[in-house]
This record gives sequence, C-alpha cells and structure tokens, in this order.
Amino acid sequence: MQPLLEVENLVKTYSRKKLSGPREEVRALDGVSFSIFRGNTMAIVGESGSGKSTLALGLAGLETSTSGTIRFEERDILRLGEKDLRTIRRKIQLIFQDPASSFNPRWKVLEIMTEPLALQGNLSRDEMRARAHAVLEQLGLSSAMEEKLSSELSGGQRQRLAIARALMLEPKLLILDEALSALDCSVQAQIANLLVELQSSRSMAYLFITHDIAMAAHLADEIAVMRKGRIVEQGAPDKILKQPQTEITRELLAAAPRFDSARPRVATS
Amino acid sequence: MQGMGSILDVRDLRVAYRSSSGEPFRALDGVRFCLEPGEVLGVLGESGSGKSTLAVSLLGLFRENSVVADGTVLFRGKDLLKAEAKELRAIRGKNISLIFQEPSVALHPTMRVGQQVRRVLAAHGMDDRSELDRRTREVFETLFPEEAERIARSYAHQLSGGQRQRVLIAQAIACGPAVVVADEPTASLDPTTQMEILGVFRRLRKSLNLTMIFITHNPALLSGFADRVLILYAGGAVELGSAREVLVSPKHPYTQALFRAIPSLDEPRDAGKRNLPAIPPANISPSPQTGCPFEGRCPERMDICKSKNPGFVSLSATHLVTCFRYESQ
Repeated sequence: MQPLLEVENLVKTYSRKKLSGPREEVRALDGVSFSIFRGNTMAIVGESGSGKSTLALGLAGLETSTSGTIRFEERDILRLGEKDLRTIRRKIQLIFQDPASSFNPRWKVLEIMTEPLALQGNLSRDEMRARAHAVLEQLGLSSAMEEKLSSELSGGQRQRLAIARALMLEPKLLILDEALSALDCSVQAQIANLLVELQSSRSMAYLFITHDIAMAAHLADEIAVMRKGRIVEQGAPDKILKQPQTEITRELLAAAPRFDSARPRVATS
Repeated sequence: MQGMGSILDVRDLRVAYRSSSGEPFRALDGVRFCLEPGEVLGVLGESGSGKSTLAVSLLGLFRENSVVADGTVLFRGKDLLKAEAKELRAIRGKNISLIFQEPSVALHPTMRVGQQVRRVLAAHGMDDRSELDRRTREVFETLFPEEAERIARSYAHQLSGGQRQRVLIAQAIACGPAVVVADEPTASLDPTTQMEILGVFRRLRKSLNLTMIFITHNPALLSGFADRVLILYAGGAVELGSAREVLVSPKHPYTQALFRAIPSLDEPRDAGKRNLPAIPPANISPSPQTGCPFEGRCPERMDICKSKNPGFVSLSATHLVTCFRYESQ
C-alpha cells in the first residue's frame, strides 16, 4: 500500500541578517524523511527550535520548502500548479496550539464553520449549514453555539471548534501542532478521545506535533524524534519509551514531567 | 496545626467579581490553608478553578471596585484583605512576591534586565548605589552562576524563555521575601526548560529556605517538589494534604478522575484501548448556590450532594477533603 504522505529529504533554510556581520543561513529542516499511512498517527516530538513547527507549515503549504519532495496521495505537491494545489490543500488541514488567535473575533461560530466551504464555493448556503450542524454535533458542540462568538467559548470548546472547522473540508490528513498543549489535563483527555474517535470514523491520518511525549505515546502509531532539523530516531511508541537509542530521546524522556511514580492506583470503574 | 507559627494563614477566603451586568461572579468560595516557613504548597487547579484569583488575593492585587472579598488572609498576623493600599505596596515584592506566567510580557522591552531587578530593590527603599550594585549582582549570580554579568546587561528580547523566567525569579527574590507566589511559572516553557526552572526553584528552596506557593494546572510538576498540595475546583478547596496523600492516594472524586485522565509514560496504552478516562465536560451554567460544585460530573454522586454543601472532613492529621463520601467515617 502506498503511504498517504511521503516526505523525502525535506530542507528549509532561512537566511537571517544580523545587525552586524554577514547573512547567516539557518537550516530549520535539514533533510527530513518519513511517511504516514491512511488512518495512522505519526507523532513528532522534540524541543523548541527542533524544526517541528517549520515542518507543519511546510506540509500545509504555508511556507515554501527549500528542497526535497512532499508526496501526498502519490503526487509531488511541491511541483504542482496553483489549481491542483487547491484541491490538495483542502485535504491537509492544520490545527494550532492557540485556537483563539486563529478565529476572526467578530464572526459567529456558524460563519467560522462555513468559511472554508464558502471559499471552495460549490455548495449552497443551506448545504453548508447542514454540514456545519452535523460536524458540530459530532464534536459535542450544540447547535445553540452557532450564534456565539468564539470568545464566548471555553478553551476546550474553542479547540473543538478548530477541529470542527478543519473537518468541514473532509481532510485526509490533520496536522495538529501542539493542539492539546494549552489545555487543562481533563480537557486534553476529552480532545484526545475525540481525535481517536474521529480517526476511526473518518479514517484520517494525523501528524501530531508535540513536546508531550506521554501524549504522543498514547495517540501515535509511530513516534519520530527531531533535533536541529533532523529526525534522529523513529519507531513504535513502546520501543521509543523502553529502548531509546539517542541521547536526545533519553533527555526528552527524563525531562518529561513524571507523574507516574506518584500515580494513584484508583480502580477504574 | 492551624495558624501556629504560620507565615500565611488563609481562612474562609471568598472572592467574587462584579460582572458588567452587576451580578457577582464567585471565583473563590471558602478556601482555607496555612503556610509554614520553608514549605512549598502546591496549588493545583484547572481553568476557572480560581487559582489565579487566589494568587492576586494573596497580594491584594484587586482592581478597585471590581471585587468583593471576604474572609481573612493573615500574613504574620496582619489581615491583608483589610490593609491600606500603602501598607500593601510595602508588603508586595518585599515580603510577598509574585511570579507570573508570561515572562515575555512581564519584562520591560527596552530596559536592561539588570536595571529591572535593581528597580525592585530601589522601590523598596534601598538607595545606596554601591549597595544596589552589590545586591543586584548577588541576585544575578544566584540565578545565573556562569554568566551573571552578561545576562544582567541584556535586554529581554535577547534572552531565551528560560532565561527570562529566571530574571522574573530574580526580581521576585531580590528583596528576600518571606513568601514567593508563583502562578504557572513554567506554563509557557517547553518541558526541558520547564524542568530546568523547577530545578532552579528546588535549588533556591535549599539555599534560601524559600517559602512558596506554586500554582499550576499540571500535577506532574508537583510530585517531588511540593510538600503539601491543595486541589481547587470551581473556586473551592476540595482536597488538601501532604503531597504524598494527595498525589498518591487522592480521595476526592475530582482529584481521582483528574489523575486518571493523564496518559502515563510508564504504562503505555494497551493495544486497542485508546480512550482516556476523561471527566465529562463541565456545564457552562454558573455553579449552583447549593450543593457540591463537582456534583454534575461526579461518578460517585449521591442524593445529598445536590442539596447540601459538603464541609471539610479530616482523613488524617493533615489530609482534608470536602466530600460526603467520607462524612460517615
């Protein structure tokens, strides 16, 4: 079976001009290769500055990559024209850490939900509304919420809304860039469960970018560890947790806030 | 155990904000605890639990008229809720200091960070230049043993998130306060830096015998650091006890449910079992005037939970919980 997404030797360089001295080249991505299959979850973990977010932006087409290939559904999207790209872009959706800043504060939930469809422009108003209803319902957001502003929602509801909006275009790949990081533990668990449920009902693939290695291990089929723009280690969560091969993975595991030593043994009912 | 020798003794603290419609919104509802010298009290609560309101209450940092506060916050026997603005200004920073969550916002963008620490000292009456220089250098050497001078001469934007957070800690300890209140001091940092800052707190605790209130939404940060833990839920203290009691054998159904919802590093999920035992979402409607605030989400609710407010039940000399489950014992 062909992977849904195949990234090969992806490179992104920025050039940075210091106040004094010559231009300096920064390799944010330094030859990244991996693939994701349909309905699977790949987690990318690493410290700040390891290139995780640059990777997300590159895959979503929000930044142009310097070199390499990104094959999505077997087409090299870095070499597609604008028209073909549009049909592909809707299938790759990106969700950020802070949903509040990615919504128009003057728009009501319904407008936020239907905008992506309106931009695609091939559904009537009623059809768009109907789809928004259905998606909101699946995400546990009541239709009473449609008339609210995003600022009137709680943090967990806003993150649900961000996921709901992404689902409007029926994507094949969701890129979640620290999408759970700003949420409370109990809300994280709700959204994580929602993601698991959506994945099995819609067979979406996830690229789950995080620095929470425990959540990565919980959600992912495979974990890739990044450092300085490279994937330094990759494998099944169990293997990464139990037999880390690189120093950075060991460091990340050691730095992960440990709660387990004090983990309560409460009977699950 | 209550009160004797405590630095801070909080009793029955109630705080309500006046909303634009004039309806009071209760943010804290009957919180109590005391803080002993040299102790780290971890306060654990999720959004809306009132944890930040608690932080500002301890320093009297209310906006005029926006708030109704009730109860007592005794600092060395003086009730801060009844103190004059002038008295509070003298106490803040010097006796009780606060570390905020967002170091990039809390620092001045065009003033060297050394100057910003110096100003804290000057604001609290240190006016001798050489004394100011000496103390500023000393504080920077405590936080940045290897590059104190370089950091002190830097501007906030030239520093990393972890370094900026250290500068805020430098400001907070500059006057040698009796109590440091830290409100989510590591929330905006990545885990490696988070651990580094926790290490700084641990070290300061030993070297300065720091007394601290460490407020967080992440229970993992408290294990191995806090001596005692207070759990806040919807403005109320639902559980208070030694870190061991609360983190290892929590008794309140909310605390138990919260800890179950966190994925574990040591026990990765079984194949096929990918659901975390999440707590059902909270209702957005304001919590009712009577009854336990957790009642609507509680897996163990009973009839009485709806009609009566649970009081504190002592499970041991140090472990308190507000839940009817334990009242008969």
